[in-house]
Amino acid sequence: MADLAAKGETPEVLFWVGCAGAFDDRYKRVTRAFVRILEHVGVNYAVLGMEESCTGDPAKRAGNEFLFQMQAMQNITTLNGYGIKKVVTACPHCFNTIKNEYPALGGEYEVIHHSTFLQQLINEGKVKAEGGESFKGRRITFHDSCYLGRANNIYEAPRAVLEVLDADLLEMKRCKTNGLCCGAGGAQMWKEPEPGKKDINIERAEEALATLDGNADVLLNLQGVESTAPVLPAGSNRNGSVIAVACPFCMTMMADGVKNKERESDVQVFDLAELIASAEGLNA
Amino acid sequence: MHFSIQNILFLLVAVAGFGLFAWQVRKIQANILVGRDRDMSGNVNERLSKTLLVAFGQQKMFKRLTPAILHLIVYVGFIVINIEVIEILIDGLFGTHRVLQFLGPLYSALTGTNEILGALVIVAVAAFWWRRNVKGVRRFSGPEMRAWSKLDANVILYVEVILMAALFTMNAADLKLHQVEGRTLPGAFPISSLLTGIFPDNTTALEVLERIGWWAHIVGILLFLNYLPSSKHFHIIMAFPNVYYSRLVPQGQFSNVESITHEVKAMMDPSYEVPAPAVGPDGSAAAPTPFGAKDVDDLAWTNLLNAYSCTECGRCTSVCPANLTGKLLSPRKIIMDTRDRMEEKYNSPLIFNPNLYGKEAKHDTQEQLDAENHTLLRGYVTPEELWACTTCNACVEACPVNINPLESIVEMRRFLVLEESAAPNSLNVMFSNIENNGAPWAFSPSDRFNWADDLYVADKATTPLAG
Repeated sequence: MADLAAKGETPEVLFWVGCAGAFDDRYKRVTRAFVRILEHVGVNYAVLGMEESCTGDPAKRAGNEFLFQMQAMQNITTLNGYGIKKVVTACPHCFNTIKNEYPALGGEYEVIHHSTFLQQLINEGKVKAEGGESFKGRRITFHDSCYLGRANNIYEAPRAVLEVLDADLLEMKRCKTNGLCCGAGGAQMWKEPEPGKKDINIERAEEALATLDGNADVLLNLQGVESTAPVLPAGSNRNGSVIAVACPFCMTMMADGVKNKERESDVQVFDLAELIASAEGLNA
Repeated sequence: MHFSIQNILFLLVAVAGFGLFAWQVRKIQANILVGRDRDMSGNVNERLSKTLLVAFGQQKMFKRLTPAILHLIVYVGFIVINIEVIEILIDGLFGTHRVLQFLGPLYSALTGTNEILGALVIVAVAAFWWRRNVKGVRRFSGPEMRAWSKLDANVILYVEVILMAALFTMNAADLKLHQVEGRTLPGAFPISSLLTGIFPDNTTALEVLERIGWWAHIVGILLFLNYLPSSKHFHIIMAFPNVYYSRLVPQGQFSNVESITHEVKAMMDPSYEVPAPAVGPDGSAAAPTPFGAKDVDDLAWTNLLNAYSCTECGRCTSVCPANLTGKLLSPRKIIMDTRDRMEEKYNSPLIFNPNLYGKEAKHDTQEQLDAENHTLLRGYVTPEELWACTTCNACVEACPVNINPLESIVEMRRFLVLEESAAPNSLNVMFSNIENNGAPWAFSPSDRFNWADDLYVADKATTPLAG
């Protein structure tokens, strides 16, 4: 971004990478996938690079309002300094904070989550999800992120993105407004859970796996129509079923849950951007 | 008109009933107003349409179909049958009998609807009782559902049956009396006409029975009205203002603490002038308000209004991921604790005090504290409960009357962190990482752009999507 500013240019859109996108080894792959999509469609974008700092979301949810506002003011100063108008991010926590909590502190931007951004690219015909990997015959279920769904009412965009893939899409029983948290929000990501019967991500992973296996009570596709997906016998080759996520915390929690159930050989967790980049042939 | 001593007696009963209720409502209003100021004015149209949809229209009840239909019957019955109360009040004060009969066919429609709804209410109440006491719907139990909460729920059901029985006694006796005397009773009575067979033919007995039914119905309503402020059933009134004053911003948007904004701005810009602290009416500086909430008066008045709107239905707790996986947190308990604490610290209700009934501890971990530290936080709500929250908003989404337990939870977390520095150690590590590295993890800010190094190199062969 600094390079761009030195040339006196302002990007059309700023890609807010987020801490997970920058540091988490697994989520760095999502960052790269999204960047490949941005470059593929020729969007005029920039990133802040080392000038980006934590939005303050985990501090705020944990009650540390002071630290949150310090972070917020610092980031707002940076963004306003570059004259940023439009921000896109793959992290629903960054999205929620910048979109909803920064305006009162002087940071007003058009903030878009990457699921909405990808949906727009698909609608405009810039991304067709063709020419890359085929998802034919594979099962995908989508895990709603609380900070995308309930917190900001975005339910359709990620589903619309998945629908361009040639795959069997299955809806979990607890989805959309009734979705179950992955267990990492509200700063839970950085602490051990309180004592209980079970960890939340295990509960959610079990539900996702049951859906992919066809063992759920009711099996619906994403349009709410009853699916004909048959129950798969245990141990059979599920041919790479996917739990799709749109949040770095959900990614970590669901992947841990799948691992805990020893199902990482046949079920993988992917972000929407990875799935689209792969279908578009942008990974190789 | 047969004006008699009965009418004077009725006037006294009615004045006492409504007067006592008004006195109780004033106490509750005072309890709610101990909360911090929050400007909820404006957006009248949006608020009204929300109230229409969520409170009048029962929109959020329909997330669960069976209880929604049962509740709708009782709710519509309550509204329609209360039109009859208007008639009873006029009859009682002026010695008239069935004063609304001049409405003709409309009167028949009214009494007929009343009777059918009355019968349906009895069926619905029986189903509710069965769900609560026999079927044992899971969300009706839990550590916060103590003896009083369980009794209260059943008392409400019993009273509703008694009120309906009184209504039918009144109508059936009146109908039979008219039949015996060869007159016609205005109105339609589809249920009572089935019951006349079991009533005596003696006119004096019928007159007495009609009066018993009439008095039992109206006195029952007045007693029930005065029971409401001590009961979860108060939601039939408070649901409406509570929905009206609910948040209109996205659920993920948390409030920014204004006093902290001033401090942070002053730190970043020395020329920034912090507004002078609020001054009390006598000119002295008001006591500084703490960050976050330790006790009920640190919460906003809307949070306290929430507590008086709660029906203890447990829909919040039944969808809470922490509660589902066996942690101590129960959003319903936070709300019920808030009400209990308000009534302990300020105006206790009122006619009788539910807090004195069955005062079992809700959690073993609850702390026994001296009077000064016996506050909402720690005295009622333990930090363990608060730290289990994932801020996922499932409880907020689930509440049929737009209660927001999450806001109270975050306010108490703010107190723990900002006033007591009592966050779990791992969170303190996260805080210092953000402070020092600008990231919640211990990575160097100079590595923040490393993801781009191998954008087109190492990653090429390493993302095998196929399983």
